[in-house]
Amino acid sequence: MTKPKPALKPRTQIQKSLTGIVGLDEITGGGLPKGRPTLVCGSAGCGKTLLAMEFLVRGATQFDEPGVFLAFEETAADLTENVASLGFDLNELIARKKLVLDFIYIERSEIEETGEYDLEGLFIRLGSAIDAVGAKRVVLDTIESLFAGLPNPLVLRAEMRRLFRWLKEKGVTAIITGESGEKTLTRQGMEEYVSDCVIVLDHRVKDQASSRRLRIVKYRGSIHGTNEYPFLIDEDGISVLPVTSLGLQHIASTDRIPTGIARLDAMLGGKGFFRSSSVLVSGTAGTGKSSLAAHFCDAACRRGERALYFAFEESPSQIMRNMCSIGLDLKQWEKKKLLLFQATRPSFAGLEMQLTMMHKAVNRYKPQVVIVDPLNGFIVGDNMAEVKSMLMRMADFLKTNQITSLFTALTSSNSPFGGANVTISTLIDTWLVLRDIEEGGERNRSLSISKSRGMVHSNQICEYLMTGHGMELCEPYVSAGSVLTGSARLAQEAKKLDAKLLREQKNVRRQLELESKRRALDAQIDAMRAQFEVHEAETMSIIGQHQAQATQPMPNRSKIGMSRQTDTATKGKRSLK
Amino acid sequence: MKAHSTQSRTKTKITAVPAIEPTDMYSLRLYVAGVTPNCTAAFINLKKICEEHLAGKYQIEVIDLLENPKLARGDQILAIPTLVRKLPEPVRKIIGDLSNTEHVLIGLDLMPMK
Repeated sequence: MTKPKPALKPRTQIQKSLTGIVGLDEITGGGLPKGRPTLVCGSAGCGKTLLAMEFLVRGATQFDEPGVFLAFEETAADLTENVASLGFDLNELIARKKLVLDFIYIERSEIEETGEYDLEGLFIRLGSAIDAVGAKRVVLDTIESLFAGLPNPLVLRAEMRRLFRWLKEKGVTAIITGESGEKTLTRQGMEEYVSDCVIVLDHRVKDQASSRRLRIVKYRGSIHGTNEYPFLIDEDGISVLPVTSLGLQHIASTDRIPTGIARLDAMLGGKGFFRSSSVLVSGTAGTGKSSLAAHFCDAACRRGERALYFAFEESPSQIMRNMCSIGLDLKQWEKKKLLLFQATRPSFAGLEMQLTMMHKAVNRYKPQVVIVDPLNGFIVGDNMAEVKSMLMRMADFLKTNQITSLFTALTSSNSPFGGANVTISTLIDTWLVLRDIEEGGERNRSLSISKSRGMVHSNQICEYLMTGHGMELCEPYVSAGSVLTGSARLAQEAKKLDAKLLREQKNVRRQLELESKRRALDAQIDAMRAQFEVHEAETMSIIGQHQAQATQPMPNRSKIGMSRQTDTATKGKRSLK
Repeated sequence: MKAHSTQSRTKTKITAVPAIEPTDMYSLRLYVAGVTPNCTAAFINLKKICEEHLAGKYQIEVIDLLENPKLARGDQILAIPTLVRKLPEPVRKIIGDLSNTEHVLIGLDLMPMK
């Protein structure tokens, strides 16, 4: 334990020394262990020296902690030249007494061992360099080369142990670099001596694209991220890109932004996408993914927002020309600097490099809308997990910056849920699926909303057309349980129209028939009534006659009746019959 | 420690015979760090070997790095003690307490082949 300054306030963790390297301080929870040595190991060309150098340079420039770089492999001049490309001016730092560069050169052939010795010379050199600038940080790069330069590894091992103890006593925060060994982390087993913090760097080439990774193997007395974190080396030095550090704390916006296609807005609860959500447009070749993206872009620019278009398959001018065919003039927005294209081949760099370039572009341009068209370029072989991790970081980054992102993805088969998309779909808030429907000798396009988090959305599969004035969604046409598209839809529509006409004609005929029937009935009724009237008249006249007769005297008849004694009462009519 | 270092600090502990031509002259530099058993042994062993094999044509310079730490840079000194043969060229380095006389002689090119 080193006690450079007694800690005044109680702390839960050991004291740390900020590295100033983007991302590394995040995953180490505040830097390297202060006043202790840290081992950085990895194979040749993985960036050990650079990480160590950046640690010193950042220390000298940002934290006012001078440093000593003890190089065993590169001369001071070489080192200065190499890191100048990253914007580190070592000579200036040396002149300001912020840095000491010491190159230790050992030539085995010049050395003859003749008995007992120790490495006091190294200690003295290092000590004098530390004292010269009041160094707080020390780098030994790569101390293992001593094993090649000096005989008697036993002495060296003992001296290594002494050196690290001595460094702790000095209270300097040190980085010791080591070549990775076959079975051990380093060739000479340095991890045995440096036990406080061990960082492993890795440089892999997969599918011809390189990716660098960093992992903290151990960090005594501190919590730390344990994953493998991709990192890059570019003109600003090292940037480690932590996936998890961003967390999921972004604020969800309730603001809605139109998609650029009115009908699609209607399908999405009438208002379009949520601001700062991530949208995936997947579909087979030629279904109009880019066109949809262009619509969205166009709408954003129309609102006066800034759009950033990452094109991975077409050049900006090609996209602009093509979009003219559906009536979208993207050129005007580019001229007004509302739209910026960034076109690169996905194979140009590894995923991490791409991600960082995208980060940088977003940070510089500060768009409200980002288009990535298409994602497929990144998927090479079976790197889906990496693509997902990259996308996750990208989506998180965009969300935290309140940027709405639209990704397009090509699906191979006609199945809308191409395997690739399922894995990334969890990162996506709104997923639009574009499909080809082949039927009746033609190909039609349809759009459906596979999911859209947090909003009411249509469940319909809508046919859409590419017209001279953009994408147009048609009314969903359902007939006999199936959705019809294209000319089938038109034919069915015509058929339906015919049937309607026929029905109407029939109805007219029926009405006419009914009318004539009614008239016939009326006529019949009239005739019957006339007949009845005749009958009535006849009957009435007979009744009249009979009544007249009844009032006339008719004794004879009464008499006859009485004599027969048939009835007690006689009725005129019956007795008549 | 103090006594020895004042003795050897002078950088010019010459034991030489002036009549020797410069080319034949052995210019030796012994780097030490204070008085340690190794350093003392190295100095004694060196004196002995020189007297035996290079009598009259050698020159020893003892440098104590504790007093002149910066000098360690010039001859790329790591191990202590280190004997550097400055002359005749090429420069040779012999590390250790010089207890293995045979190796010292090889290192100084006084013994042709091992």
